[in-house]
Amino acid sequence: MFKYFPHTESDLAAMRAKIGIAADQDMFVDIPEAVRMKKDYKLPAALSEIEIRAKLSEIAAMNRPAIVFSGLGAYDHYDPSVIGALLSRQEFLTSYTPYQPEIAQGTLSYIFEYQSMVTMLTGMDVSNASMYDGPTAAAEACFMAMSMTKRNKILVSAAVNPNIAEVVLTYAHFRGLEVAFIPVAEGETSLPDLKNLLDETVAGVIVQKPNYFGIVESFDGVSEAIHQNGSVMIESCDISTLAVLKTPADDGADIACGDCQSLGMPLAFGGPYLGYLATKKPHVRRMPGRIVGQSFDRNGKRAFVLTLQAREQHIRREKANSNICSNQSLMALYATIYLSLMGPDGIKRVNELSYQNAHKLYDLLIATGKFTPVFKKPFLKEFVLHTSLDQTLIRQALADHGYFGAVSLADYDDSYRDVVNFAVTEKRTQEEIERFAAVVGGL
Amino acid sequence: MKTYDRLIFELSVPGRTGVALPSLTGKKHPLRELGGLLRATAPALPEVSELDVVRHYTNLSQKNFGVETGFYPLGSCTMKYNPKINDEIAGMPAFNQLHPLQPAAQIQGVLKIYHELQGMLSEISGLAEFSLNPYAGAQGELTGLMIMKAYHEDKGDFKRKKVIVPDAAHGTNPASAALCGFDIVEIPSTAQGFVDLDELKAVLSDEIAGMMLTNPNTLGMFDRNILEITKLVHAAGGLMYYDGANLNAILGQCRPGDLGFDIMHINLHKTFSTPHGGGGPGSGPVGVRKGLEAFLPNPQVKKDGPDYYVEKGADAIGSVSGFFGNFKVWLRAYVYCLTLGKEHLKDVGRFATINANYVRVALKDDYRLPIDSFAMHECVFDGLVDQSTGVTTLDVAKRLLDYGFHAPTIYFPLLFHQSIMIEPTETESMQTLDEFIAIMKKVADEAKTDPDLLKRAPTTTPVTRIDEVYAAKKMILTFQDFIAENGR
Amino acid sequence: MNKVLDGILYNPTHEWAQIHDGVATFGITAFAASQLGTVVFVDLPAVGAKLVQNKEFGAVESVKAASDLIAPLSGTVVEVNDDLVGDPEAINKDAFSAWMIKVKMTAPAELNALLTPDQYRAVSK
Repeated sequence: MFKYFPHTESDLAAMRAKIGIAADQDMFVDIPEAVRMKKDYKLPAALSEIEIRAKLSEIAAMNRPAIVFSGLGAYDHYDPSVIGALLSRQEFLTSYTPYQPEIAQGTLSYIFEYQSMVTMLTGMDVSNASMYDGPTAAAEACFMAMSMTKRNKILVSAAVNPNIAEVVLTYAHFRGLEVAFIPVAEGETSLPDLKNLLDETVAGVIVQKPNYFGIVESFDGVSEAIHQNGSVMIESCDISTLAVLKTPADDGADIACGDCQSLGMPLAFGGPYLGYLATKKPHVRRMPGRIVGQSFDRNGKRAFVLTLQAREQHIRREKANSNICSNQSLMALYATIYLSLMGPDGIKRVNELSYQNAHKLYDLLIATGKFTPVFKKPFLKEFVLHTSLDQTLIRQALADHGYFGAVSLADYDDSYRDVVNFAVTEKRTQEEIERFAAVVGGL
Repeated sequence: MKTYDRLIFELSVPGRTGVALPSLTGKKHPLRELGGLLRATAPALPEVSELDVVRHYTNLSQKNFGVETGFYPLGSCTMKYNPKINDEIAGMPAFNQLHPLQPAAQIQGVLKIYHELQGMLSEISGLAEFSLNPYAGAQGELTGLMIMKAYHEDKGDFKRKKVIVPDAAHGTNPASAALCGFDIVEIPSTAQGFVDLDELKAVLSDEIAGMMLTNPNTLGMFDRNILEITKLVHAAGGLMYYDGANLNAILGQCRPGDLGFDIMHINLHKTFSTPHGGGGPGSGPVGVRKGLEAFLPNPQVKKDGPDYYVEKGADAIGSVSGFFGNFKVWLRAYVYCLTLGKEHLKDVGRFATINANYVRVALKDDYRLPIDSFAMHECVFDGLVDQSTGVTTLDVAKRLLDYGFHAPTIYFPLLFHQSIMIEPTETESMQTLDEFIAIMKKVADEAKTDPDLLKRAPTTTPVTRIDEVYAAKKMILTFQDFIAENGR
Repeated sequence: MNKVLDGILYNPTHEWAQIHDGVATFGITAFAASQLGTVVFVDLPAVGAKLVQNKEFGAVESVKAASDLIAPLSGTVVEVNDDLVGDPEAINKDAFSAWMIKVKMTAPAELNALLTPDQYRAVSK
């Protein structure tokens, strides 16, 4: 016997008798003899729970968790204890997509709350129930723009995080969508270059806030130029910062997308995170993914249900807006609980502390004389600096002291090979910030 | 609890908070330095205490049905038990605190898991290598199709723009192919949902990039012509894509690679028992046969001697994820594989299949069995045997909720008008199945004696049947919409 | 509900066309409406749009289904029934009154390709 299989020999005998088979192999007669497995899988032997714990502890010890001072799309924010406890409730954790709404009001209610909160933060009218992550949300936003404009080209600001741009490029390449990059001037999306690139083939333009260099762009004149051209403005934002920064709606964007990881989600080696996608109401039917709407049951009681499903792949098949099916629902619950705990004041405080901490580190690093500014532009919790130090040395010293930071931008562009990234959140203490600066300053 | 129907916004009282955060350290660097870049008004998030939050979401959870609540025979979704040890491991701080961009030397443990799991999935599938980056089955399909396209284009063959998809396929198949820029060639299936070989031969040409297939098919039946099918498509220069949604059925019985498939995805949240989370996060690793490995998406995890490292392959299709996919999902699948090991993984398909056939045989006098032959991991009925009462599959499904069961998948596959698709999975006991069968029979009786009872069902659930037309017409999609419609 | 109106022409894909003075009025049939269920959304082209016979010109959507609208004839859209966009359920009430668009025909010869009421009756049985 095995703990996950309840089949006793006597059960199996009774079941075989009822089915009318002598041996289990009789049920598999349709599998051609030539390809039936005749040997066991070449896999390790089964482990007991005691052994699993020991083995995984050993593997875990091969990792070196660090005090994080970089971001680039994954930020080390505070995760309130409440969230993990609530997410582990089996009713949330083990249920499927809410296809039977009468016994899934828990899921449907929190998705409705999630959609509401995403629209509050982005200023948009509607949000879907979640996307995989920020980069894939941006790719899907491009397809929305394509469908809205019947055009075939996407402009991506070179100030967009390359890990978003790469996913957009991949999705676009295979779909037959053209992509061009808008050059950066002084760390911001260049408006004159944008205007030059806009033509009648451009479906959408992706910009990012705060951008890859941590700069909070103002986007003055950007939406006007894009809309004058009949194109769609897609703004990818770190959603946590939207609690204090002007919203994508304020910036004139038609689609807002990005990652919700910054809402306290554990770094967890890159996932699960959560992508969000929101837009204006007239475009709701162009949105991919699930959407929850409010209705009433037969007794007139308020109830929630999956709606506008006719856009989706299980009905529209190849004409669907997207193929997305499983999403990141449980992480949408994470985001919803996080934002409920925080409230408007808490999430503001998170941003204030991050701002203060990041600027403190910035000042300390400049004061070491070993770092110089790359741009003189406003930033919130993330920034880049030039350094004359040997980067291998920096990272080794940081690792020796249990820090992770100063990630190189050399992969982004060779002319940035002396530029490194820093990010500081509310989680970093004053001592950590000072010691971090001292470690690199002492090199 | 059942009557609880609040939204978190409705608990809000100005001034309350659910967190305690550090104080600001001084007056230096206030956020207001950002001036005109700041929003004018704060978002209208709820203001609630920590207990308000805990109680609200606990109450909401109790309106949900999970695998641990009761039997969840949702066909095609493989709602097996999600072991607790997997969750425990996924919660270890040493995994939660890793930044995905940390240098390889600091993340050897997680890279080892990535590498070992992809190796185990390769062995189970009979393929050469897997990427764990795709986030879900549908994205695995898309990634696999990108690989298919890249393979042909790499050979300089740009005319293969069509993908064959049987009409019985999951809806994601044609949607993924369209998203990948392919034209879809849909071929009709036989009455059993199998590939019609003549129809297949008729569409094969040098414009076909490949074919997507689920086997066992969406009726839960194994296509015995599979070797002929893969041979035909290969002879025409196409590749075979295996939709791994139904992989659970064949664990221990056969391997997609041995059947002639070149590319596949696995839904770890189905076959490898990771929790579905109310619709996600899932994980959809994509695997390829030898010769296609270079096309797998970036980042790629490799091993050199005892050391693991991360690489960007020059021939890779690109990236389909920000980082390494849903790490904590594939970590759970890794633990599941270690727990079952070679001794027990091989039994999964056998026990899942015996369970499905047990239900099939027990219910065939009460529910129409369109195809009376062995099922694999799931069986499909076409409504009640007695169709005179006007009771539909929907009514049956709703009545099951009153009896404390989750409903099976209904109205899929589309081959039948009243489909009821039951997938018990291997973790359910004969006793549970007997209880389910007894209730299914009782419902069939009720349909004859009191059809109205079924039409009214469910009545014991937190809400009764919902007006879907109202939802679609009114489009109340946020709390703000709700207030605009109803006032405060 | 499965009625077929005489005096107008049909697409096998369940659109109807009524011809008057070189202008064709399009809608969907009662059969199509009953197959869809309650219609919750109609997507129609703008005035001035050029339609091509047998190509899609819009879509109708119910709670559980969506269907493309296929142009019975080629032409230019001269009028759109905006009331229908606000009240799509009118299609379920009376599909033959719930017209969608009026189109100035550009290829009258195409009329020969459409089904007569009797032919459509056979299709929609």
